Amino acid sequence: MRSTRIAVYGLVTLLACIYLMPLLVVVLNSLRSTPDIFRNGMIGLPHGLEFSNFTEAWSGLCIAEHCTGIRGYMFNSMMMTLPATVISTFFGALLGYAISLWRFRGDMWVFGIITLGVFLPEQMKLVPWVLVLRDLGLYNTVAGLVLIHVIQGLSFTTLFCRNYYVGIPQELMKAAKIDGAGFFRIFWRIVLPLSPPILIVTVIWQFTGIWNEYLYGVTFASGDHQPVTAALIALAVTVSEAPKYGVQSAAVLIAAAPTLFVYLAGGKYFMRGLTAGAVK
Amino acid sequence: MAALRIRDLHKRFGPVEVLKGIDLEIDSGDFTVLVGPSGCGKSTLLNIIAGLEKASSGDVEIGEAVVNDIQPKDRDIAMVFQSYALYPTMTVRQNITFGMECRRVPKARQDEAVDRVAKLLQIEPLLARKPGQLSGGQRQRVAMGRALVRDPKLFLFDEPLSNLDAKLRVEMRMEIKQLHARIGSTIVYVTHDQIEAMTMATRIAVMHQGSVQQFADPDTIYNRPANLFVARFMGAPPMNTVTARLEGGPDGPVAVVGQGADAIRLPAPAAVGPDWLRRPVILGIRPECIAEPTRYFSEDPAATMTISAPVELTEPTGAETIVVLRLGGEKVLGRVAPDVRMPTGAVGRFAVDTRKICLFDPTTERLIA
Ligand SMILES: Nc1ncnc2c1ncn2[C@@H]1O[C@H](COP(=O)(O)OP(=O)(O)O)[C@@H](O)[C@H]1O
Ligand SMILES: [Mg+2]
Repeated sequence: MRSTRIAVYGLVTLLACIYLMPLLVVVLNSLRSTPDIFRNGMIGLPHGLEFSNFTEAWSGLCIAEHCTGIRGYMFNSMMMTLPATVISTFFGALLGYAISLWRFRGDMWVFGIITLGVFLPEQMKLVPWVLVLRDLGLYNTVAGLVLIHVIQGLSFTTLFCRNYYVGIPQELMKAAKIDGAGFFRIFWRIVLPLSPPILIVTVIWQFTGIWNEYLYGVTFASGDHQPVTAALIALAVTVSEAPKYGVQSAAVLIAAAPTLFVYLAGGKYFMRGLTAGAVK
Repeated sequence: MAALRIRDLHKRFGPVEVLKGIDLEIDSGDFTVLVGPSGCGKSTLLNIIAGLEKASSGDVEIGEAVVNDIQPKDRDIAMVFQSYALYPTMTVRQNITFGMECRRVPKARQDEAVDRVAKLLQIEPLLARKPGQLSGGQRQRVAMGRALVRDPKLFLFDEPLSNLDAKLRVEMRMEIKQLHARIGSTIVYVTHDQIEAMTMATRIAVMHQGSVQQFADPDTIYNRPANLFVARFMGAPPMNTVTARLEGGPDGPVAVVGQGADAIRLPAPAAVGPDWLRRPVILGIRPECIAEPTRYFSEDPAATMTISAPVELTEPTGAETIVVLRLGGEKVLGRVAPDVRMPTGAVGRFAVDTRKICLFDPTTERLIA
């Protein structure tokens, strides 16, 4: 018994080490100076801590011939992710509420079609989005990306919220209707106050998903309109020409920081919210 | 004046007909209890009265106005649910005022109404709490408060006590009855518990499989059940029903239970028609009408008849003893005083109250007399 336990722990630790190795290399390199990396190779411990990598990545790094760091791209990502997260979560809650608590003819069909989006790969939707954004005049704008992420996000947010709201007893709805509350009042006063556990889940899900998304970012934005994930690809070109591994590692870490932060701050609520019911 | 009238109401869920032509007329101030086994359509009927569910056909009138197409909020009703359905994130006070808030009642009037109801139900100390911090009985009171605060034309209760423990249920039963006596409102109360129905109602509608079996005052329901279903559903233990044969006799019709030497001859109700003579019937007699031989049922000596019957089993409950005996070979229950000892296996003597005997048609199961 004891030996199998040790074996399992050993295996898990080994796998974790392998999995975390790239992260370790990036973290270590982000703290090393360029000459140090040249002399001692990509893998090694830092000789002294080089925090200037981060400041350079933030405001001096050259990406696609602009030497202003990833600051602007981080801002683009934020301007895309925040509104898209909030809007898609809000409408997901509203849709989930309508589908789960107001039975109407064909409600299961509506739900089925909306959640079908969960299973459609991004690539399949590229061409339609090209046409839509072109016709709306939103090509190469943050607003266009927000629109895409809101619409795409609805599948997941509606699914999450609907599955949570079906746990709200029908008698609660009946009581509210007799009290004289309508569709929106019931949503604001009764359903939304019950929603924090599932809203935290959808916000975390949406934020990380949209922030890390890359295909739409490179396709629908160019130059200094790009989100940071897309910009980091341009970085790859610079890396192969004039490697500055320290600075580039720092840039990657900065780009990953927001989702890492959201995960560390909210992961606990995420797990809790996924298993929570609406009314105890 | 009829506070509520229901005419030929049908409800289908897909192919299943859940309500099969309900007709009810409920007077203002009545405490009507809809009672029936679980699944017989009580909640569905109540939901249709409330407007939460649409009838397949038929009319609902509240206060002499047809409300078929009127929204629940405009029907001037209040409802108390089995699960209480309190808004979990609101305080008790907000729960009670939510309906007034939706109706844009001025704040001062809301506060006044809350004070009045909180006092009536003794929930003043709870007003700032959330439902999650209340016990079952307290939640029940708050749910009642939410209904009472509005002073509607009609109160609808859907099994409001069935989530309480037995002791609290008895207490709340009395309280609701007193409350009704005090405020005189019209109440339609749904329950599957026949004791609740008997103790609280001014009128009872017994439902079974989507139709009303009998609609009458509790006394009539209990003593003159319209059919075998009502006879067996109401009362605990239920009415004894045994097959018998009607014969003519010098003092009117006689019901003969059993055959040969075991046969017991009981006087049948005089109202039974002559065409029932020499035909099989179902005889119904309540257990409390079979008692120890010294029992005095009435001033009229003809009301009581003494019989002998073998005792199969006794069940002392403390307040009384239930006796299983053989009446003309058929197994029936009697209720004797707790201090009477009836040896099992021996033949006992019993006094029978013959005034309360009911006869039913064995094919239609309806009350004959
Ligand atoms: N929304 C519904 N869809 C289909 N069948 C239903 C629905 N609501 C109730 N029923 C059925 O109608 C019957 C009566 O239900 P209900 O009125 O809740 O009974 P009760 O309250 O007397 O226990 C039950 O057989 C139930 O399964
Ligand atoms: Mg019910």
